Amino acid sequence: MVEAIVTRNLTKKFKDLVAVDHVNIDVKKGEIFGLLGPNGAGKTTLIRMLCTLLAPTEGTAKVAGYDIIKEDGKVREHIGLVSEKMIMYDRLTAVENLKLFGKLYNIPKDTLEKRTHKLLKLVHMEKWAKSQIGTYSTGMKQRINIIRALLSVPDVLFMDEPTLGLDPQSTTEIREFIKRINIENETSIILTTHMMVEADMLCDRVGIIDRGKIVALDTPRSLKRIIGGEDVASVDIEIPNLTNEMLEALRNQPTIVSVVRENETHLLIRAKGEDAFDDIIDTIRARNGKIAFVKSLEPSLEDVFLHITGREMRAEVSSKVKSFQGGGRHGPPALSRRVR
Amino acid sequence: MGAGDTLRHSLWIAWKDLLDLWRNRMAMVMLILMPLFMMVMVGYIFPTESALENADVGLANEDDGPLGIAFAQNLTYVSEESGLMSLKDSTGFDDIKQRIRDGELAGGVVIPSNFSSNLESGTQAVVEIVSDQSNPQISLLLQGILTKVIEQMGTWRAIANVSFQLGVNSSEALAIVKPYTVETRGIVPGNPSYFDFVAPGIMAMTVMMSVMTGLPHAISYEKEFGTLDGMMVAPIGRLSIILGKTIAQTSRGLIQGLIVLGLAVLIFGVTIQGNFLLLLFLLILGVLSFVGLGILITSVARDEQTASMAMMTLMFPMMFLSGVFFPIQQMPVFMQYIAWSLPLTYATSALRKVMILGADVQSISTELIVLITFGIVLLAVAVPIFKKAMKK
Repeated sequence: MVEAIVTRNLTKKFKDLVAVDHVNIDVKKGEIFGLLGPNGAGKTTLIRMLCTLLAPTEGTAKVAGYDIIKEDGKVREHIGLVSEKMIMYDRLTAVENLKLFGKLYNIPKDTLEKRTHKLLKLVHMEKWAKSQIGTYSTGMKQRINIIRALLSVPDVLFMDEPTLGLDPQSTTEIREFIKRINIENETSIILTTHMMVEADMLCDRVGIIDRGKIVALDTPRSLKRIIGGEDVASVDIEIPNLTNEMLEALRNQPTIVSVVRENETHLLIRAKGEDAFDDIIDTIRARNGKIAFVKSLEPSLEDVFLHITGREMRAEVSSKVKSFQGGGRHGPPALSRRVR
Repeated sequence: MGAGDTLRHSLWIAWKDLLDLWRNRMAMVMLILMPLFMMVMVGYIFPTESALENADVGLANEDDGPLGIAFAQNLTYVSEESGLMSLKDSTGFDDIKQRIRDGELAGGVVIPSNFSSNLESGTQAVVEIVSDQSNPQISLLLQGILTKVIEQMGTWRAIANVSFQLGVNSSEALAIVKPYTVETRGIVPGNPSYFDFVAPGIMAMTVMMSVMTGLPHAISYEKEFGTLDGMMVAPIGRLSIILGKTIAQTSRGLIQGLIVLGLAVLIFGVTIQGNFLLLLFLLILGVLSFVGLGILITSVARDEQTASMAMMTLMFPMMFLSGVFFPIQQMPVFMQYIAWSLPLTYATSALRKVMILGADVQSISTELIVLITFGIVLLAVAVPIFKKAMKK
């Protein structure tokens, strides 16, 4: 098996709505593949089809080498699913939950006990192994939810928004855990997220999905390059005595691609070429501008999304998060911009 | 996937469901309370003769002759002895009517002014019974009792007359006045009550309701919470999921059914004439005939709410049409046709025959065949629809 997943014109229609529109992707074995897109882009529908939970309207796909329509039983033997809604029973303990699913996967008793123990230890949950899931925090639940999916040692692991609604600490731990499973077990992982930083951090390749279509597919690094080449620098700069003349001069510099005035004193400048930084600083200094603060920014996948689809993702994203957390926000938005 | 795997997986799913139920204290309390309430309810809401105790009945004697006064005295004496009625003096029909309206009286008796003169001149004397049609149950009971009492008083008078005129003793006179007498001999030992009639039906209903409501609830609840995906994505047969859920719900239903049975026997004095194992077998068979229907509802309903509504719509007519509370033979013919197309009717009928009449397998063979057919046909239709619906 070379490819973990191959889809050919995979399509799902719900009445008039085309949720997934002729998607063709190839996910390599051992790869972490990210599906990135706003709420309603079709990520979950795509995952559900690949997990044999949903029948495609058109096209087909192979998962772990088996056809999702004709060999759905075989597919199920080789996959694990961590869906957006947790697959666990609140009145059962962690061990009981794992036992149930282990039995459904025909894992022999000894192996099951050993694996349960090992996995619980791996996520530091041995202490709560015999407590009912209902008493857990969301972060604890998600750890058990993930090891439940790993119990059968799947070749392909599907994770639909695995860190949605979690506190920062759990988020970090779970991201590290995902990375670890991928390396240790050579598990191919398909991960959906609306968080750019997550895709950026974890994924070998990212498919950007918008309105059911894959609009871009490449490594995070290459995707970022789409915006304007490797040598583009983005600078966030604060000039307390910013004047229109200064702004005009900056805009006229041939190396500077764009200047966005964020507020009275803040500028967002994108420049190209080796001398980009020098040009920016020199132009400002030549007009007696005081530089109070400067930060170099690398283009994020969010910028890529904006660039490709012409739409912001954040508005749509925060509405989804709100509906999940009752108004809470998912960490500061600045997180999605990485400092070089 | 072998049959062994399917069964093993389904047992694990059932284990999970039952463990979940066992740890849900509130649900466990309800599980026991529901059949208890049901039994107490049907045990006591239906009117029986004993419901009539010391009913206030107006007595107006408009006749001033000696026979009218004697009749009034006799009636008072009989009423007091029986404890069924307590007679209140009244001035006439209008007074009784007013006092029924005021809620003071339940009914009345009027001795008309020509009572004595009619009897003395050799004609039948009329006694009027005043009934309150706004309360049909009580007025019917009262009417029946008064008629019986007054007729009995008539008989005594006739016996006295005959023995006096023909010079025979009172038992000979009775044979002349009332040549026929009726004795009832039931086929069931003891004195079965309405309770004996209704208990098997309630058992059948409780067990089947738990499957019909429990199954769609159990599946659509998991569907909504996303946990069903965990089973759907596991390499197990779809049948295992259905079977597992069914085993769990059947066990739940059987527990409730047995609580009903226990209460019926211990508190309401119902006796089981037939074989207990046959009874148990019938309950399970009844459940199986309903599984298909439950699965069908689950497949068609998108969410738990829709499923609940669909079940209620189907369940209520079934409860009242299947002869659980009212004998089917009482219904108009077209309703009887509907009744005989419902599986619950057959389950109730078979259970009743086994419990009260002590019937064996042979006497309920029709019911058995119908229930098995129902079960198989519904399942054959429901399972493919379920498989398809789950992938939509």
